[in-house]
Amino acid sequence: MIETLNTSVAVLILALAIFTIATRELFAAAVGFIAYGLLLTLVWVQLHGLDVALIEGAVGGGLTGVLVIASAARLRDTPATAAVRLGASARAAAAIVAGVVAAALAACVLALPDPASTLAPQVAANIAATGVGNPITAVLLAFRAIDTLLEVIVLIFALIGVWSLAPDGVWGGRPGPRYEADPNGILAYFARILPPIGIIVGIYIFWVGADHPGGKFQGATFLAAMWLLAARAGLTDAPPISRVWLRIVLVAGPMVFVAIGLAGAVTAGAFLAYPAGYAKPLILAIEWALMPSLALTLALLMAGAPQRPGMP
Amino acid sequence: MSTVLDIMTFFAVLTGAFFFLAGTVGLLRFPDTLSRLHALTKADNLGLGLVVFGLLPQAGGVSAGLKLVCIWLLVLLASATVSQLIARAARQHHARA
Repeated sequence: MIETLNTSVAVLILALAIFTIATRELFAAAVGFIAYGLLLTLVWVQLHGLDVALIEGAVGGGLTGVLVIASAARLRDTPATAAVRLGASARAAAAIVAGVVAAALAACVLALPDPASTLAPQVAANIAATGVGNPITAVLLAFRAIDTLLEVIVLIFALIGVWSLAPDGVWGGRPGPRYEADPNGILAYFARILPPIGIIVGIYIFWVGADHPGGKFQGATFLAAMWLLAARAGLTDAPPISRVWLRIVLVAGPMVFVAIGLAGAVTAGAFLAYPAGYAKPLILAIEWALMPSLALTLALLMAGAPQRPGMP
Repeated sequence: MSTVLDIMTFFAVLTGAFFFLAGTVGLLRFPDTLSRLHALTKADNLGLGLVVFGLLPQAGGVSAGLKLVCIWLLVLLASATVSQLIARAARQHHARA
């Protein structure tokens, strides 16, 4: 029974992927991509990767979906989408490259040893030293903390990349357009009802992350989404990106992470090592420091490049 | 008792799935945006409501059951809002065209 279900989800994902690539309409491709992300969430649940499922649903289906739809809406009336027809040889070359890459990936997956080599027993054996109960959190913030640190810094670089698209005249100004909506309309009503619930759920997911599926990335995505909803309903506006508090919040999380890592080099003998017995408080300190930075980074990534002068 | 509850789950989830099927058929077959929205809301409201109702006896606890009901209420709120927004956009588009 469950095998049938798994197979049909796999077939559906393949069909959606083909549809997303093959469709000529930008908006249809965007919707296909979002549905694809939601189906991948189901796959992760089936693989018992609840942490990944949460992040796939929140980021892959949610925030990326907003980004893709916004891009599609923006590109709709520009000449960039006016059917660029490639020559036959260029199309054939593209098909060959894509086919070779897909075949190489498939060969790699088929060549994986069975059962796959795994570090899970080592994680299970050493998780007690970190003091956290969720093995994913232990891997992300203790055994492979360097990956998480780089991931967080990459997000900030991405934000700088988005900001750098701003014209010189509005550098340091407010991101995106100012959204207008009927203050008594349904969207404004929704944007008043949902954030209290969404903020509590976001903080809850962040809070349980030490011992259950969840964590700062998922929680921060919830908070960013709630802010985005309020901004789209015209209830609030994005701050100018030149504000000092904004930049401090953006870098505070990674700075705390780096500082604790450097302290580890002195007290525990390696960068990002935690002295024995202090692992859990330090991991929690990093999570607490990263949460606001991540929420603000994700919200500003959604808001886009500055488009309006910041000063009134 | 548990047999009765299992039978209830079976029929409630089955009826819910039927509403999803009917809603999907309506979404594909109905001629204009507003009727398609009408079909879709049946799947969201009644379909999901019946599935959640059927799963309640299997939830294994009051807390898990409440979470299921919360999911249904949130989907109701979101789908009602989105339906309104889509309907408004469709009407404006219609008025312009």
